[in-house]
Amino acid sequence: MPVMTYLDAIRQGIWEEMERDPSVFLLGEDIGAYGGAFKVTAGMLEKFGAERVIDTPISESAIVGAAVGAALMGMRPVAEMQFMDFISCGFDQIVNMAAKIHYRWGAKVPLVIRGPAGAGVHGGPFHSQSNEMWFVHTPGLKVVVPATAYDAKGLIKAAIRDDNPVLYFEHKFLYRRIKDDVPEEDYTVAIGQARIAREGSDLTLITYGAMVWAALEAADTLAKEGVSVEVVDLRSLLPYDEQTVLASVRKTNKVLLLHEDTRTGGMAGELAALIAETSFEDLDGPIVRVTAPDTPVPFSPPLEEYFLPNAQKVAEAARKLAAY
Amino acid sequence: MLYYLKLTRAAEERIERVLYRQGKIVGGVYVGRGQEAIAVGAAIQLVEGDVVLPSHRDFAAFVIRGFTLKEIFCNWMGRANGPTRGRDNTLHLGDMGRGVIPIISHLGDTCPVACGVAMALKQRGEGRVALVHFGEGTTSRGDVHEAMNWAAVMKLPVIFICNNNAYAYSTPTEKQYAVKDLAVRGAAYGMPGAKVDGNDVLAVYSAVAEAIRLARAGRGPSFLECRTFRMTGHSAHDMAEYVPDKLFAEWQEKDPIGLLERKLLSSRILTRERIHEIEKTIEKEIDDAVAFADSSPMPEGPTALEDAYCGPKCGWEKTSLVPSPSSVVRNN
Repeated sequence: MPVMTYLDAIRQGIWEEMERDPSVFLLGEDIGAYGGAFKVTAGMLEKFGAERVIDTPISESAIVGAAVGAALMGMRPVAEMQFMDFISCGFDQIVNMAAKIHYRWGAKVPLVIRGPAGAGVHGGPFHSQSNEMWFVHTPGLKVVVPATAYDAKGLIKAAIRDDNPVLYFEHKFLYRRIKDDVPEEDYTVAIGQARIAREGSDLTLITYGAMVWAALEAADTLAKEGVSVEVVDLRSLLPYDEQTVLASVRKTNKVLLLHEDTRTGGMAGELAALIAETSFEDLDGPIVRVTAPDTPVPFSPPLEEYFLPNAQKVAEAARKLAAY
Repeated sequence: MLYYLKLTRAAEERIERVLYRQGKIVGGVYVGRGQEAIAVGAAIQLVEGDVVLPSHRDFAAFVIRGFTLKEIFCNWMGRANGPTRGRDNTLHLGDMGRGVIPIISHLGDTCPVACGVAMALKQRGEGRVALVHFGEGTTSRGDVHEAMNWAAVMKLPVIFICNNNAYAYSTPTEKQYAVKDLAVRGAAYGMPGAKVDGNDVLAVYSAVAEAIRLARAGRGPSFLECRTFRMTGHSAHDMAEYVPDKLFAEWQEKDPIGLLERKLLSSRILTRERIHEIEKTIEKEIDDAVAFADSSPMPEGPTALEDAYCGPKCGWEKTSLVPSPSSVVRNN
């Protein structure tokens, strides 16, 4: 099985879907001749032509709106946000137009909006946000956040084949840092299914995106101290996999929720509510959150490092919870 | 054309002045009294495969594209068998089979959507067009700018029609934009722009015909500013005291229905008797549709949980309980 970077896995997933289905096309800023700010779409213009790899003006709202119009016409647009931070300029088209069409009048809107999110590369307040929860609160959308190259490819394919608007959050820190086995044959990763990234018995650590790697590192550290940590990688935030989450909580009876996104209104709060409502009797300790603080993402390296959760911070919180 | 003008006027009067006051229509009521000629003059020349994205005041566009009065009244009255199954109100009716994409209440959003439709149409190369309507107030929104620029850059077959009815809710044009004529914005984006008498259905027809001709020929988008006047408040609850009486009186003289009627009578194309017959037919059609809607079931509460996502039984617009007829589609 070939080993491939997270970025190459995304590119290959899109490439294969474009070869498979002529209704798939790409639109976004600088994605054609330039190949995208991070080169995710490099080589696509040469392979698929300017009708299917479309460079657009700097118009995020029109990128999304045009994707909706094309999707209504039976196309399967994949729109790139150069940085997911800029998705705010297309917010209205996503949450009011795309998300509500099927509910209102029954037409399908198969489109994908993808792009780099997340911090760790000193991008400052406007190139670093984890803004997935803006959309997790919008019924009608699906939201996915791959952490591995395998999932990156499987989820982009599933997103392109889905008949609903899917937001696909790539973590830019993982683009060239993560490599894993990616099968050559066609496969998808089902939207809405979590995965157990590491089996454990003393404590469940639930997370997604780049924080999966911090969680695994923390789990290694704790294993050496005799604490067995189970790591759940959500992969999809909307819909999310309640079954896998709750099964793990029932197994370990302690739960730590981790995300790079800020604290208030984050995914951890949603999961904490779910677990408290349904599994109160299964808990042997408080539900603990490790998240970024409620501030914008700061630029300067010491500030950004302080802001971001990491393996040390996770291990510290997990240690306390394990001893509870 | 006269039929559609009169049908729009009569149906909207029923909605605003009867059903709303009877409490049979709840929520917002927006009508297009005084500006009916724009939707009629534009939509009537679309062909199968074209797509229209009407504003909330373009009643005739829906009927011309094949929505029945029964469907329309069921939707206004929130019935289970309306085209939105009670999920959305007013003229928020869509059906890709009939080439109609409805607005959302966030004005201007349909302009970029029209661009996406036109991208697909252009790629198919069958000479079909997208036609999108919006008010002059909407031109202040960024989506209109993004869409007009986008369509011009990509040379898309989109016709942008501004229904300039002089007031955006209570805001007059001088507080909305600083140019004398919005039509100049066409040139600013690199597309033809024209000012049209929006109360003269024949003038609208001619201007839209030229824009459609260019679009079908692959010569890109056009922008038409159709000047008209909103002869009501913004919605049924708005008495429009902010509009000077003088303006209402002035525009009453230019009423699009009266204008066309006078032309048809003086050129002896129609007689008074024939016009009266058309009016009677329309009353009957509306009576039947209202009776049908009134006896149609309200949706069951739990159906609110269905269809937020497109699942295996996707595409339910085709399963609407109201038969989709063609009897209303008249191409002249």
